[in-house]
Amino acid sequence: MARMVTTQRKVISTVAAWLAGFLIFFPILWMVLASFKTELEAFAIPPSFLFFHWTLENYITVQERSDYVHHAVNSIIIAGGSTLIAMLIAIPAAWSMAFSPTRRTKDTLLWMLSTKMMPPVGVLVPIYLIYRNFGLLDTRAGLIFILCLGNLPIVIWMLFTYFKEIPKDILEAARMDGATIGRELVYVLTPMAVPGLASTLLLNLILAWNEAFWTLNLSTLEAAPLTVFIASYSSPEGLFWAKLSAASTLAIAPILVLGWFSQRQLVRGLTFGAVK
Amino acid sequence: MATQQTQLLARTLLTPAVALLFIWMIVPLALTVYFSTLHYNLLDPGSEQFVGLENFRYFLTDPAFLASLQNTLVLVGSVLAITIVVGVPLALLLDQQVVGLSIVRLMVIAPFFVMPTVSALVWKNLLMHPVSGLFAWLAKLLGLTPIDWFNDVPLLSVILIIAWQWLPFATLILLTALQSLDEEQKEAAEMDGASAISTFIYITLPHLARPITVVILIETIFLLTVFAEIFVTTGGGPGLQTTNIAFLIYSQALIQYDVGSASAGGLVAVVIANIVAFFLVRIVGRNLEA
Amino acid sequence: MGQITLQGVEKSFGPVHIIKGADLDIADGSFVVFVGPSGCGKTTLLRLIAGLEDVTGGAILIDGRNVVDVPPAKRGLSMVFQSYALYPHMSVRGNIAFGLKMAGLPKDEINRKVERAAATLNLTPYLDRKPRELSGGQRQRVAIGRAIVREPKAFLFDEPLSNLDAALRVQMRLEVTRLQKQLGTTAIYVTHDQVEAMTMADKIVVLNGGKIEQYGSPLELYERPANLFVAGFIGSPKMNFVTGEQAKEHGAATIGVRPEHLKVERDGQGWQGTVAVAEHLGSDTFLYVDTGPLGTLTARYVGELGLSPGDQVSLTPEPSRIHRFDDSGNSIRA
Repeated sequence: MARMVTTQRKVISTVAAWLAGFLIFFPILWMVLASFKTELEAFAIPPSFLFFHWTLENYITVQERSDYVHHAVNSIIIAGGSTLIAMLIAIPAAWSMAFSPTRRTKDTLLWMLSTKMMPPVGVLVPIYLIYRNFGLLDTRAGLIFILCLGNLPIVIWMLFTYFKEIPKDILEAARMDGATIGRELVYVLTPMAVPGLASTLLLNLILAWNEAFWTLNLSTLEAAPLTVFIASYSSPEGLFWAKLSAASTLAIAPILVLGWFSQRQLVRGLTFGAVK
Repeated sequence: MATQQTQLLARTLLTPAVALLFIWMIVPLALTVYFSTLHYNLLDPGSEQFVGLENFRYFLTDPAFLASLQNTLVLVGSVLAITIVVGVPLALLLDQQVVGLSIVRLMVIAPFFVMPTVSALVWKNLLMHPVSGLFAWLAKLLGLTPIDWFNDVPLLSVILIIAWQWLPFATLILLTALQSLDEEQKEAAEMDGASAISTFIYITLPHLARPITVVILIETIFLLTVFAEIFVTTGGGPGLQTTNIAFLIYSQALIQYDVGSASAGGLVAVVIANIVAFFLVRIVGRNLEA
Repeated sequence: MGQITLQGVEKSFGPVHIIKGADLDIADGSFVVFVGPSGCGKTTLLRLIAGLEDVTGGAILIDGRNVVDVPPAKRGLSMVFQSYALYPHMSVRGNIAFGLKMAGLPKDEINRKVERAAATLNLTPYLDRKPRELSGGQRQRVAIGRAIVREPKAFLFDEPLSNLDAALRVQMRLEVTRLQKQLGTTAIYVTHDQVEAMTMADKIVVLNGGKIEQYGSPLELYERPANLFVAGFIGSPKMNFVTGEQAKEHGAATIGVRPEHLKVERDGQGWQGTVAVAEHLGSDTFLYVDTGPLGTLTARYVGELGLSPGDQVSLTPEPSRIHRFDDSGNSIRA
């Protein structure tokens, strides 16, 4: 910082920022606390903040219920599968547009972006009917396919902006050095693109993990990921708050960790490079 | 020739992505258009017949449509207003020298990574429950009558949950933009005798105009089709009080199995989203030139 | 061997003609500099020779073989980029070895060649460092190492020194020239800096607007510029141009006199003027003299004359050093 900041000002902004951060984070914190309470304590009034009987009982119950594990596995397969397939399709496409652009590249990119803007409800009916007729309803493959297509434009865009930042000179140097296109990809481009690839992978894993339109509408039991499993807690009141909290904490913990790692890329990915 | 080979290869590599996205966009959309002209109910198979624009007439004159359109607009508008009005000062605050900034940042961003069904249920059960929720306890502590959130102010409740989810997004983008603001520009303004407030109005705010536009457009795209939060908290009710267009189409398609009018509704949603998308694509496209 | 010939080479991007028919003969082992203002096509011409761009028309011969359809790696050339274009994820050793590895040389041979190249360039202590841990000058040397290790038919340099500070630039200029003479490999060097061109080149190609204006040794260009453009571009400070009556006396539309060929006197029979600015460099003095109808003329005086702004001076051109140009700007030879 070029300027001196008075201590007083620094104290005020620190206190204010921590207060704001705490308020925003509080619902999550409250949920995590509830997950360590007994069911009775979880909806007791007045609520207890820290001085309650800490227990791991809810986590044990949730883990033991086979359906939680089943849905967690579904989440991993669906989010992971759709992200990987999207990457496989997107890497060549983004590579091609970044390093061999034509007059139509810009239009192609914008068109891809516009497919992301089509509201899913607009095509809910045909997709549902197609899935029903092809026996894809409540299958992992069906969800992988639709989430992959839904996120493909974002994946391509993110990769495109990362590839764009790799200096063209370096690829030309590799060509002068006699690298074929295959070797250029293996020895030069891929190592340089790893950070960009990793953050694209991460962000799309998060988006796919949290996707809650297609998963709620196209799966019920067999292929249902955690989003659907958690939603099934919406009807009974009161009785299962602690267990709901434990299941929710488990469902969001891995994604929170990944998300914190990819927070910088988040801006770029979700604004299609409009804000860096 | 060498570089022509590269170009041919590039075209080949691009094709699968373009073809997939094209099919994904055209086939379902064409089917939606087709279905929207049919009388088609899944509970009454075999009775499909062409009815022209009847479904649109039915959907658009349905009182439920007007109610859900109003709900959609109120929801989008309110969430946008909250996230911007809270997001700008929050971003300005996080742009100051703060001890432990990285931890504060993490706390502020966290809600964005929580899956929609989880945040909706946590708010509904742990915070907004009329008897055992934390808000009810706080109200009693202050000597007020607890609010029965989802019965008395259902739409506001949904809005608060969604605003909480999207506040981090707005803040993060605005913060990123603030950090790219040239420090020397602010110093120059200070040398020119500008007060902190005039610096904010004449330097910072114009700098934020673009990111704010981007936030508004992107949030609008996603908020127009909010679904999971309504699905797990209110189911569109009570009555139609929290039914937005997305939820209305869902209930017509998968609860009443009225394919025809749900498709007509879907097309209406596509048109509304396209109006917003048009402006967003223009902004992003302009950025692509630079 | 590394003899390069261009025959009617043309390049257009859509309707824009970047190179408008270039003919050139570059002898084996010579150091040729392409120089010209920005946008003159010098870098494009270099990239055409490298094979990084396809020609629109004409032929490029390397040792007599037309290579316009040969991919860059097979042309036997190596290139040093303006940005150095080092592979950031590879060590110095990896960077220098990459081309040899791609050519499929055995490991011990690669090692031997890399170490020899590193020794030549004083890079031995840095072989295992990454490019980001090196200074600008060291990165520059790695880029050169990458070029020499492959023992190419010719080196192509694309403004390689423009990212270095002034002192380092002078030093690298010497090193590059010495290295090229030592290896005896043909070199083509692109720069916009005419001092670099004059000091390094065996032969200079002056480009302007996609056309070769003149091709010759530095002294030829200095003493016998083919036209107004070359006369104005080569030499520092720039040549003075005078039109009108004074030019007609010499039977030309324009005459040109270099600042160092103007005799400066306090009292004399030459062009009269007032000193506007005097730049004292110690070894010499640059005078900007306002001569009224002739405009501002630049004169270079070796040593110190003690002149200051406002002083009256007389400028006399050396008769044998007056360059004459016709209406279309071409040089008139006696």
